[in-house]
Amino acid sequence: MAELNKDMFVIKGKNITKMESISRPSLSFWQDAWRRLRKNRAAFVGLCIIVLYALLAVFAPMFSKYGFSDMDTAAMHASPSAAHWLGCDATGRDQWVRIWMGARTSLAIGLFSAFINMCVGAVIGGLCGYYGGKLDMIMMRVVDILYGIPSLIITILVMLVLGKGVAPLIIALCVVGWIGTCRFVRGEVYRLKEQDFVMAAKVLGIPDFIIIIRHIIPNILGMLVTNLCMAIPGAIFQEAFLSYIGLGIAPPNCSWGVLAKEGIQYLRIHPHEIIIPAFFICTTMLALNLLGDGMRDAVDPKLRGTE
Amino acid sequence: MLKYVTKRVVAAILTVFALVTIVFFLVRLMPGEPFTSAKLTKEVAENMNSYYGFDKPILEQYFTYMGNLLHGNFGYSMKYTNKTVNYIIGQTFPFSADLGIRALCLAVSIGLVLGIIAARNRGKKLDFACVLIAIVGTSIPDFIMGALLQYFFGIKWGLLPVAKYLGFEYTILPACALAFYTLASVSRIMRSSMLEVTSQDYIKTARSKGLSELRITCKHQIRNAIMPVMTVLGPTVASVLTGTFVIEAIFAIPGMGKYYVESVNNNDYAMILGMTVFYGCFLVLCNLIVDILYGVADPRVRIGKR
Amino acid sequence: MMAEKENILELKNVVYSFHTYGGEVKAVRDVSFEVRKGEILGIVGESGCGKSVTAQCILRLNPEPPGFFGGGEILFKGQDILKMSNKEIRKIRGGEIGFVFQDPMTSLNPTMRVGAQIEEVFLGRTGVTKKEVKDRALEIMKLVGISDVEKRYRQYPHELSGGMKQRIMIAIALVSRPSLIICDEPTTSLDVTIEAQILDLLLDLREKLGTSIIMITHDLGVIARLCDRVIVMYGGKVVERGTADELFYDTAHPYTKGLMNSIAKLDTAKGEKLQPIEGTPPDLFSPPVGCPFAARCDYCMDVCNEMPPEVYQLTDEHATCCWLQHEMAPDNDMKKKPEKKGEVR
Repeated sequence: MAELNKDMFVIKGKNITKMESISRPSLSFWQDAWRRLRKNRAAFVGLCIIVLYALLAVFAPMFSKYGFSDMDTAAMHASPSAAHWLGCDATGRDQWVRIWMGARTSLAIGLFSAFINMCVGAVIGGLCGYYGGKLDMIMMRVVDILYGIPSLIITILVMLVLGKGVAPLIIALCVVGWIGTCRFVRGEVYRLKEQDFVMAAKVLGIPDFIIIIRHIIPNILGMLVTNLCMAIPGAIFQEAFLSYIGLGIAPPNCSWGVLAKEGIQYLRIHPHEIIIPAFFICTTMLALNLLGDGMRDAVDPKLRGTE
Repeated sequence: MLKYVTKRVVAAILTVFALVTIVFFLVRLMPGEPFTSAKLTKEVAENMNSYYGFDKPILEQYFTYMGNLLHGNFGYSMKYTNKTVNYIIGQTFPFSADLGIRALCLAVSIGLVLGIIAARNRGKKLDFACVLIAIVGTSIPDFIMGALLQYFFGIKWGLLPVAKYLGFEYTILPACALAFYTLASVSRIMRSSMLEVTSQDYIKTARSKGLSELRITCKHQIRNAIMPVMTVLGPTVASVLTGTFVIEAIFAIPGMGKYYVESVNNNDYAMILGMTVFYGCFLVLCNLIVDILYGVADPRVRIGKR
Repeated sequence: MMAEKENILELKNVVYSFHTYGGEVKAVRDVSFEVRKGEILGIVGESGCGKSVTAQCILRLNPEPPGFFGGGEILFKGQDILKMSNKEIRKIRGGEIGFVFQDPMTSLNPTMRVGAQIEEVFLGRTGVTKKEVKDRALEIMKLVGISDVEKRYRQYPHELSGGMKQRIMIAIALVSRPSLIICDEPTTSLDVTIEAQILDLLLDLREKLGTSIIMITHDLGVIARLCDRVIVMYGGKVVERGTADELFYDTAHPYTKGLMNSIAKLDTAKGEKLQPIEGTPPDLFSPPVGCPFAARCDYCMDVCNEMPPEVYQLTDEHATCCWLQHEMAPDNDMKKKPEKKGEVR
């Protein structure tokens, strides 16, 4: 310890600036979320898998010498080999190409239906939550009743009405899919609306439109994106299920669900035809689930600022 | 409590009403005629149409159908001639219900246990294992799970019967396949709910009373953590039920789901209508029961203040 | 006179930290104090100064991990709590020391009847019948001022008001007649009239049962009304200690003075502004080398930033931890004639 001397005992007063300078650097909400998402190894691996699959879905069919509906009777039920990387199906179509064509359909359906559901649900839920009143009351009664109806049943019926195909599938998944988001967004907006910072903005005479953009949306966007992330595997799941029970995509087009359905018939003799599509469905789901979990943790306001 | 139950019952009745209406009109909107088989002459087809009442105005058909429903009559099948939907449901539903209940019990019990174990050992290897099971489980669609179980346990290793539904050992594979997804999601919800509860103040209070860890876990944590799990039980029943569609097809179980998928593929509209309405009502009933159970379990609901 | 009473609780150089992702947070840094039989000891300080952590240390209620003891001793009736097995510590919790938490709204289990929550304290304690347990619970409920006890006994927490819940919390803490109750800001979340009732209740209970009380608060009004002795905490350390009178009329630490200046008094003239303490408490990830209060202190000197101050014993009870008491420090309104130099704590 240094020697004490008289000079050290001169009253200088407080030094607030010095104290404030200790504080850690401030990060914006998205910077912070991204930083935490990157730190989450599982979520990051999930993100990489998704990106990889998306790229393969776009490019793999382009660079293959086989077309996705070219039949080769000589190669029926072929096992994986140098010529056919993942083997062939019952009519000799190359599985590698069909997997990635299927990925296009499955991923597109998952992404689009989840996105549409999010938008519709967020708009309706947001309006109901923010303005409340009669509109809200009526909408909520309707939503409550619709929520009680098992969604898959309605989806199946709508598919039967519209026929097979990608567009009917997306529509069918969207008919009831928005209700969950709607309920969630309404609850969140309703809660935020009552908070003091929104009150303060209102008292200052800021128009509703700006309050919604500056105060409400940024506060629910994180959770909304997480919801989107969680909804995509759900939609892919439903697509696979519908294709599996014979609704969904019309041949010769394919999706992962169709491939699994076709493969399962030859389970006993040619197990690779089910195991390969199953592998891709499962890893995609896994990747999306990991990413969704990571997103949820990353945007959780309770965890902000921690590492 | 009475008020709460009444409210739920009224909502359930409204839901069933909306469901039947939506399903009825959707089925009528479906493309194609039911009697288009080449064997049928035009005359026969017309007779059939008038027999089933398809020549009447759609609103009249709707009210007739509603009237029949109130008497518990779900309609006729067009493919299985002379069989009513009621008869087919009566024949097949017991199989589905048996399978569904087995799967549900398996999923909820093991799911809860895994969730609790994971939360109690947070951050340790056991937690990691449970979380892994949960996340893998929610990533495998049930028809793939069914196919894989069938391939490995039934065909490759020959441990368990591959198909049919004749005895206990026949139920193991389909019930596991059906339960796995639900099990995983229940354990995930239970784990996060347990962790949420663990950080609550009343757990600290319980600790400050000098209670044993066992008592705190059982009486304070689990009791409160189980509430969010109960709220998802309704959707869980629905997902198990739709799971039976494919699992029954894979394992050749003569249950209702298998018939449903068949009638979807056969365009048997009367069957689709009848069975959909039955499924819908059944699920709404399940939801109602779950809601009421929730009310019984949570004193805040039971005593009417929310 | 008070000094002759026996100590029932003694903290010696307790250090408590938390492991976080960002590193180790030293929440309690070398804290020592004692609680005597039948006295009410106040612990005062602003949010985040470590007072709650200190209190929960005593019953080892902080979640471990991430929390851990870095050293020190906590002697309860001569036994070191830190060396006890889980079983022994459970006997102390609820049995010998009761704890009242800050927020009665969230501190009661929503799915249990309040009666059962009071009775739980007796679980695992031998020699009481079910009937006796219930009688004790009803008796204690009456004692904490709950009317219509038979009915309340069967109610759930959400059916009770905030004040009523806090009475239940106090009943839980008291039901086994502990020799010490730790109250962690028991009135912060209640409104003022209820606060007064609860404080009266605590005084009354001390009278009737002779219980010692540790009262943790950031409200000097509560201290003035209730406490015999006070310790002031800042940045995880005890900066000043003494009887309530000494602290109020003979303030010897700039932080205590700041606290006093920041509350309204009866003689505060109309229009006169209160003086807040500017700035925020130190970041305990990397506590300052010198005095933790230095950056916010009106009397800060160079030495304050470089070396931690020693403890200066001013009277039997009154001690402060501030360089202003050093013989080389310039004269100021804070400087007292130290009677003897205390050991460095």
